[in-house]
Amino acid sequence: MIQKNVTSLGYRPTIGLEIHVELSTASKMFCACPNHFGDPPNTNVCPVCLGMPGVLPTMNRQAYEYAVLMALALNCRIAEFTKWDRKGYYYPDLPKNYQISQYDLPLGSDGYIDLLVNGQTKRIGITRAHLEEDAGKNVHDLPDCTGVDLNRAGVPLLEIVSEPDLNCVEEVMAYARSMRQLVRYLGISQANMQQGHMRFEPNISLWIFDDSEPDGGHYTPIIEVKNLNSFRSLERTVAFEIARQAEEWQADPHGYRMDKMSKQNRGWDDVREVTVYQRHKEEADEYRYFPEPDLLPVEIDDAWLERIKAQLPELPIARYARFREEFGLDEKLTTLLTSERTTADYFEAVIQAGASPRRAANLIQSQGMRLANEKGTDVAELGISPQRLAQLCKLTDDDTVSASAAATIFQAMLESDAPPEKIASERNLMQVSDTSALESIVAQVLADNAKAVADYKSGGKKAKKARSFLLGQVMQKSKGQANPKVVGELIDREVLGQT
Amino acid sequence: MELHRLTIQQLAGELAKGQLSSRQATEHLFQRIERHDPAIHGYLELHQDAALAQADRIDKRRSKGETLGPLAGVPLAIKDNICISHGRTTCASKILGNFQAPYEAHVVQALNAADAVILGKTNLDEFAMGASTENSGFGVTRNPWNLQTVPGGSSGGSAAVVAADLAYAALGSDTGGSIRQPAAFCSVVGLKPTYGRVSRYGLVAFGSSLDQIGPIAKTIPDLALLLNIIAGHDRRDSTSADLEVGDYLANLDKPVKPLRIGVAGEYFQEGLDKEIAQAVRQALDFYASLGAEIVDISMPLNKYALAVYYIVATAEASSNLARYDGVRYGYRDKDPKDYIDMYYTSRAHGFGAEVKRRIMLGTYTLSAGYYDAYYLKALKVRTLIRQDFDKAFEQVDCIAGPVTPTPPFRLGEKIDDPLTLYLSDVYTVMANLTGLPAISIPCGFSSAGLPIGLQLTTKAFSEELLLRIARMFEQATDYHLQKPKLQS
Amino acid sequence: MPAKIDPDQVRRIARLARINLTTDELEQFAGQLSDILNYIDQLSELNTEGVEPTTHPLKISNVFRQDQIGQSLSNEQALANAPRTHGDFFAVPKVLE
Ligand SMILES: [Mg+2]
Ligand SMILES: [Zn+2]
Repeated sequence: MIQKNVTSLGYRPTIGLEIHVELSTASKMFCACPNHFGDPPNTNVCPVCLGMPGVLPTMNRQAYEYAVLMALALNCRIAEFTKWDRKGYYYPDLPKNYQISQYDLPLGSDGYIDLLVNGQTKRIGITRAHLEEDAGKNVHDLPDCTGVDLNRAGVPLLEIVSEPDLNCVEEVMAYARSMRQLVRYLGISQANMQQGHMRFEPNISLWIFDDSEPDGGHYTPIIEVKNLNSFRSLERTVAFEIARQAEEWQADPHGYRMDKMSKQNRGWDDVREVTVYQRHKEEADEYRYFPEPDLLPVEIDDAWLERIKAQLPELPIARYARFREEFGLDEKLTTLLTSERTTADYFEAVIQAGASPRRAANLIQSQGMRLANEKGTDVAELGISPQRLAQLCKLTDDDTVSASAAATIFQAMLESDAPPEKIASERNLMQVSDTSALESIVAQVLADNAKAVADYKSGGKKAKKARSFLLGQVMQKSKGQANPKVVGELIDREVLGQT
Repeated sequence: MELHRLTIQQLAGELAKGQLSSRQATEHLFQRIERHDPAIHGYLELHQDAALAQADRIDKRRSKGETLGPLAGVPLAIKDNICISHGRTTCASKILGNFQAPYEAHVVQALNAADAVILGKTNLDEFAMGASTENSGFGVTRNPWNLQTVPGGSSGGSAAVVAADLAYAALGSDTGGSIRQPAAFCSVVGLKPTYGRVSRYGLVAFGSSLDQIGPIAKTIPDLALLLNIIAGHDRRDSTSADLEVGDYLANLDKPVKPLRIGVAGEYFQEGLDKEIAQAVRQALDFYASLGAEIVDISMPLNKYALAVYYIVATAEASSNLARYDGVRYGYRDKDPKDYIDMYYTSRAHGFGAEVKRRIMLGTYTLSAGYYDAYYLKALKVRTLIRQDFDKAFEQVDCIAGPVTPTPPFRLGEKIDDPLTLYLSDVYTVMANLTGLPAISIPCGFSSAGLPIGLQLTTKAFSEELLLRIARMFEQATDYHLQKPKLQS
Repeated sequence: MPAKIDPDQVRRIARLARINLTTDELEQFAGQLSDILNYIDQLSELNTEGVEPTTHPLKISNVFRQDQIGQSLSNEQALANAPRTHGDFFAVPKVLE
C-alpha cells in the first residue's frame, strides 16, 4: 500500500507516535536486580520488583540521567522539579497493580526532532518524555494457564510521545528509525527490536478536507494501536489503518467522524495483516494517578544539567550535514556512514589517520559493511584498526594496489594483523607500474593482436573497444598486477606514437 | 519483683550480673503467655524455638565474655505487619494468611544486631486499619485492664502484651495513632517517631506518607533505649532521613528548663470525655508545678485534621493494597472463572469489611472527577495544618493534650459505626499528617479503672527533647507502675 | 444530609478496586461511605487557594541509588509463596489477548 498524493485523496493522515524504549542500565529502575534479557523466568527478581509487602523502591540515578540525556537530544524543556506518580491498573504482569510513572510533571516536554524524508527536513514535535518502570511478561502458550515472568518488571522504560505531526507512512517510519538511531547514538539503549527494547503505539486519524465545514474539514475517530514491536508491524499497521479509515469514511461520510465516535483501540494481527477492534478495556482510563509517596521528587540544578549536557555527542542529523559538507560525500553514502555512531566514529578515525574521505567511505561501504553484515557485527568491531584501514586507503590512492586488490586485502586484514602493505606483497597484489617490466608484455600483446591494433589506430567506431581489449589482455598477462593507467599510456604510446 | 515485671533496663542488669539467664527469662515469658494470652489474645504467632535458640546463643556468648548488644537476651514482641524472615507475616489478614517474607524489616535487623530475643508476632487490626484490634482477621485482642474492653488499635496486640507483662517491650506502627492510642488504652508508653526517623523497609504499607514504626514499652528509658536501636538512616527507604541519631538515653533524666508547653483550647471541646479532660489538666498542672510555663495556643485547623487524614490514608491504602491479588503470594479464591474473576473473588474473600471500606473510600477519592475535590484538597489542608504547628512551635517547646477522646470502649460497641470509630483518632492524626514525633504516657485512670493517656508532641527530629519532657512526668508519678490484675 | 453515593456508584468503585460486593454490602457501604464523605465535606469550608499540596512530610529530594546489581532471589524463593505455579512461572487463569 503506497501513499498517494494526499490532497487528491481528499484527506491527510494525522499520526502521533508513542514510543517506549528500555534503557540499558545495569540494574532495574527501582531495585538492584539485573536489567538483563533472556535469563530463565523469574530469576532476575527480588522482593521489590515482585511487589511483595513492605518493600520500597529506590531510584536508579543512571536511568534518570539517561532519560534526561534523551530529552536534551530531543530539544525538550527539562523539568527542574519532577516527581513520581502511581498509575493504577490490574494486570498479572504488573506486580504492584500500579506502575510507577510520571504523570503531570514529565522530565522532558515541548521538544522536537528533525527528520530527513525524501531529501527534505521535517520537524516533528515531541509532546513529552518521561521515565517509568516496565511490566513483566505474560506467557500465553502454556496449557490451561497463563504464565507470569517478572524478569522484565521494573526495567527502566522511557516513554516518548510525539505531536500528531506525522502525515504519512514514510514520515512515521523515518521518525521511528530516527528515534532508534538516536538512542543508540546516545548509548542509552541497545534498541534491539528482537529483545523488545522498543515498542510503538501509533494514534491514527485522517483529516478530511471539506470546505463546507467551518474548520475546513474534520477528523475521523482516533485509533490507537498498542504494543507494536517491529518496524514492519508499525509500517503495515499505519498503512492499513489509513486505508481502512479512508474506506470507513467513504462508506459513511457523515457518521464516521471524531466528534461522533470516541477513540478506539485496535490491535495488529500479524498473521492476517489487519488491525482488529479491541473491546475497550474495562475502566481502562481510570488510572487513579496520585503522587508516589515512597519516592522523593527529583530536582535538577544547572550544574547537574550541565554535567549531563556534556555527555551529549554530535547528533545524527548534525553529523550527516557535517559529513556532507566536510567530506563532499553523496546522500546515500553519508546516510550509511552516519547510521550508527560507531561507524561514523570509525570513519572519522580512519580519516584522522590520513585516509582520503572518498576512498575510506567507499572501502567502508563496499567491504566493511558487507563483511560486518556477514559477521553480524558492525564495521568498527571488525578488528581492523583505523590506522590499518588508512594505510590501505593510501596504498590504493597512490596506485600501489588496485581497487580490486584493495578489496582482497581488506578481507585478508580480518585474519591477519600485518600491515596492508605486507599482505599485498605477500600475496603478490602490488601493482606493477614499472614501465620497463610492462613494456615487454605490451609488445607481446600488440604483436599477437594485429587486428585490434589496426582497429585502434584507425580511430573509427571500433577504436575504443579495441583499446579496452588490448588493455584487458595486458592486465590478464600481468595477472592483474599491472597498473592499468600505466598500461594504457604504454599502449597509446606504442600504437599512436603519443607519449 | 517478679521476673516479668522488670523493665528492659532492670532485666538487662540482671542478665549482665549473671544472676539470670536469657533462657530463664524467655521461658518464663512463654509460660506466662501460655497462661494469660488465651484470654487476651495479644499474640498471633509465637516463635518459641527461634526465641529459645537465640536466648541460648546469647547466654553462651555472655558466658564466654563476649561483648553483647544493648538488648542482649531481652525478649520482645513484634507487630505482625513487620516482616521477619522466618514464620509468617499476616497483617492479621486472611489475604496474607500464609505469607512468609524472604526478607527482614530494617527494625528487625536492628533488634537482631542488638542481640534481642523475638518472642513472636502480635495481633493488630487488619493491615493496621482500626482503633480497636477488633478488625483482625484472626480474632480480637482484649484489654488486660478489662477483658470486656478493647485494647485500642491498631497496635492493640503489642500494647496488650506489654501491659500484661507478656513481653518486655514491643514494636508497633503508627499511621494515625496506632501506637499512641493503644498505649493510652493499656497504660503503657508508646512513641511515634518523626516521619523518616525509622526506616519503613519491611513494614507492610498502609498509608506510606504517614506510617512510622515505633516502640511500646513500660517506661520512658526503655522507649529511649529501643529508639536508639531502631532509629537511623536506611538506603532501602528513600524517605528515611539521613540525619545524625542522638543518644536518647544519655540526658534522659535531665529535666527540660525552661519548658514552655502549649495547650490548645480546641483540644478540650465537645466530644472529649470529662475524666480525660480532667486527667490531662492535672498533668499540665503538674508540669506547671515542675516550673513549666503553660501557654494557650490556637489550633484552628484541628477539627479538619481527621477529614484530611481519612482521605490521605485511604487513598494511599487503596493503592498499597492493590498488590494483594493472589498472583505472586497470598490468598487466591478457589477456581476463579477467569483471571479477572480471580481478582474480584480473591479480594472479596481475602479482605475484611473495614479494609474493603477503606479501599473503597480511597478508590473513590482518587477516581476521575473527585481527585481535586477530595485528594488534592486534603493535601492542601495538610500544608495548612503543618503551618499551624510550625507557628505554634515558635512559641512553645512542646504541645500537650489528650491521646483519645474516650477511655477504652466495650468490645463491639462501635463496630457497626465506622465514622464514630474513626473519631477516636481525632487527637492523634495530626502527628502523622505533619510527620512530627508524638508520645503517649499514662496520666491517670477513669472512675471505672480504665487507663488514660497524655500526648506530647515536639518539633520534627526532636525525640530527645520529647523523651526528656515525658520522663519528667514519669519520674514524679506512679501511673506507669500500676498493673492490670490478670485472672488465670 | 443527602446521601453522597448510592449502591450503583459503590458498584462502580468496587469494580475499580477489583472487589466483588454482595447486594447487602453495596447497600451498607453506600450508607457508611455517604456518612464519611459528609463528614469529610467540611473541608470545603476552607479556602486553599494558592496553597501548595503536601505529599511528603519531609522536604527532601534527589535520593538516588547507584546503578549497581545486587542480590536477586532464586526462582524457587520467588515462587515460594505463589498460590499456583507452572514450571518457572507464576500461573494465573488464561489471559485472553
Ligand atoms: Mg507509559
Ligand atoms: Zn528486583
